[in-house]
Amino acid sequence: MDAIILQILNGLDKGSAYALIALGLTLIFGTLGVVNFAHGALFMIGAFCAVFVQRVLTLSVETVDPTKTDFLGNPLKVKTPYVENWFGHDFGSAIIDWSVPLSVLFCIPVMVLIGFVMERGLIKHFYKREHADQILVTFGLAIVLQEVIKAFYGANPIQTPAPEMLSGVATLAGGIVYPVWRIVYFCFAALIIGGVFAFLQFTTFGMVVRAGMADRETVGLLGINIDRRFTIMFGMAAAVAGLAGVMYGPINAPNYHMGMDFLVLSFVVVVVGGMGSLPGAVAAGFLLGILESFASTTWATTTIPGINQIIIYLVAIIILLTRPRGLLGKKGVME
Amino acid sequence: MSKTNLTRRGVLKSGAVAGAGVALPTIFTASSAAAYTNEPTGGTVTLGFNVPQTGPYADEGADELRAYELAVEHLNGGGDGGMMNTFSSKALKGNGILGKKVEYVTGDTQTKSDAARASAKSMIEKDGAIMITGGSSSGVAVAVQGLCQEAGVIFMAGLTHSNDTTGKDKKANGFRHFFNGYMSAAALAPVLKNLYGTDRKAYHLTADYTWGWTQQESIAAATEAMGWETVNNVLTPLAATDFSSYIAPVLNSGADVLVLNHYGGNMVNSLTNAVQFGLRNKQVNGKNFEIVVPLFSRLMARGAGENIKGIVGSTNWHWSLQDEGSKAFVKSFGTKYGFPPSQAAHTCYVQTLLYADACERAGSFNPCAVGEALEGFEFDGMGNGPTLYRADDHQCFKDVLVVKGKENPTSEFDLLEVVEVTPAAQVTYAPDHPMFAGGSLGTCNPGA
Repeated sequence: MDAIILQILNGLDKGSAYALIALGLTLIFGTLGVVNFAHGALFMIGAFCAVFVQRVLTLSVETVDPTKTDFLGNPLKVKTPYVENWFGHDFGSAIIDWSVPLSVLFCIPVMVLIGFVMERGLIKHFYKREHADQILVTFGLAIVLQEVIKAFYGANPIQTPAPEMLSGVATLAGGIVYPVWRIVYFCFAALIIGGVFAFLQFTTFGMVVRAGMADRETVGLLGINIDRRFTIMFGMAAAVAGLAGVMYGPINAPNYHMGMDFLVLSFVVVVVGGMGSLPGAVAAGFLLGILESFASTTWATTTIPGINQIIIYLVAIIILLTRPRGLLGKKGVME
Repeated sequence: MSKTNLTRRGVLKSGAVAGAGVALPTIFTASSAAAYTNEPTGGTVTLGFNVPQTGPYADEGADELRAYELAVEHLNGGGDGGMMNTFSSKALKGNGILGKKVEYVTGDTQTKSDAARASAKSMIEKDGAIMITGGSSSGVAVAVQGLCQEAGVIFMAGLTHSNDTTGKDKKANGFRHFFNGYMSAAALAPVLKNLYGTDRKAYHLTADYTWGWTQQESIAAATEAMGWETVNNVLTPLAATDFSSYIAPVLNSGADVLVLNHYGGNMVNSLTNAVQFGLRNKQVNGKNFEIVVPLFSRLMARGAGENIKGIVGSTNWHWSLQDEGSKAFVKSFGTKYGFPPSQAAHTCYVQTLLYADACERAGSFNPCAVGEALEGFEFDGMGNGPTLYRADDHQCFKDVLVVKGKENPTSEFDLLEVVEVTPAAQVTYAPDHPMFAGGSLGTCNPGA
């Protein structure tokens, strides 16, 4: 029983990342009609926001310790972070320790800005083009973005650890132990998803966006600049992907390729959930996360070898054959 | 009125045959002018450095390339000479190889077998490379080794740890200086016995490809021989990033040791996930739960950060070794680049010098003469103690290092500490050992 609960928790965790990325993808597809293959790269850039903040906070002053030597036998250069010099060792260390949560504050404006630049600078020129063109250009953009990150940070993963207070394990009901940060990640994802839905549901801006998603022309005829609102939604979708990435860093060390690892799966999540359906994307994200988690158990891989690698695609095939519009998709949308 | 037999179909057939003949790569056809593939005729000789310049092992590839550039500099008489000063063979004079200035071309393996073969093929066919070396993956090494055998050039493997490279996939034209899974297991087992005892239950997570399989087989055999029980072995996809689903079952498996047969990003992520799930602080069967990473690399240890502390593994070489060869190499590399070399850099540097030395001793670039010079060659002064390039399988036999993640590193490079230097005799196996069975070297191919 413990093993089942653990796999459900793992699935919810993995599903959180899928759901956040798929939510952003669906927002962009639903508003602008663009299939954005660069969305995984936005997730990766979000994770590297945490790396950047960590690097800034650990910028150090070098002093020479004549009592020790480096690998060449020269006096050892000891690095002390500026923040520790400025704020004292304890407080400075605490700031560095909390670099990932602090990165969230940095990530939001950066990702919104990147979203605006992407949409205004490149993607808007492809609105009226075929989906194949959109996929090609955004996929190319994703490769460019990941190579830029690799040029700056290298190909190896870079650890962005969770604050010490949140890096242990929690003992849940029934004596099940589970990493605290993964619980934090799930709660954070739930908060973001809830926030996006509330924003769309309960604000005037959200109402206009939803109206625009349903009938863009009519909203435009009412004198509302729907394009500007959709651009803002692109920035918001980028921020959601970035936030998913920044908080994912302590779970898996950021590397330049992590966006691609999530991209294809997230697209499958969108298709299974129903293109353009926000609740569908979220529900499918969690559902496929849990399924993938169970498919990776020893029992499953022994019974059907390789099931862990194909389960998501298998489900996608079944859904597409039986319900082409996806679980919660609207009739006629990409059916 | 004359009548010809020329038909449309006949022309097409002739054209196809002629086209196929023209298209046939020149490396697979005999040349009457050259005695062997890419025989150098001018004042230079070209080596082909085939390393991952893109993809997940690009950082290791970059370090390999630095080492190759340093080796070329030393071979041509530049710099301080590095390990050429400590190498037991004194055939190298610093005037290139056999008096010819060493030049090089580079290829990008992308850590993909097909891309690696394509880049090696291009360097042989278009650039005239007489020797191919490099790589950071066993899958790539096996693929490129096969190509070099067909093409008639020597392949000096880079970082490849699978038993198969010099086991069932060994080739007469291929040579490996790096150690292998069996050697890691043979070196690790006594240390694990001393540290963790003989009554242990091990759970293996294994990367699902040639290297993972052979390493797991080796570690399981060595640990079972000293009394450990292998509770389970789960194969994980190479593309996996989140290992939580694989780690969770370990918690209730009754195992008290987790063996991570992972390398690179897989290792960083699986180790991070294992630590997240509290395995390091767990007590099972009245013992502390332990994690073992059989193949360590300093570059990868950096990626794993704090999680590496106290974890035991093995490595081919480490910059902190205090023998004269290692010190000379670290000094050369560190002075040129500002940081110590990795084990990948070391093996690539050594392989280049060994190849050059073999050419000098053979008095020829002919792959068969070079291969003969390398076979059974005993040397010292290259950082691993007295070493033998065994003729039976073209595998180097030398000391193996057992290392542990350092608890209190003094710098960003000071991540591993050497726990034990396992003598070569302890990691040597018979050429017909079952784990290496199934292949044969075949005969040397000079390509012409």
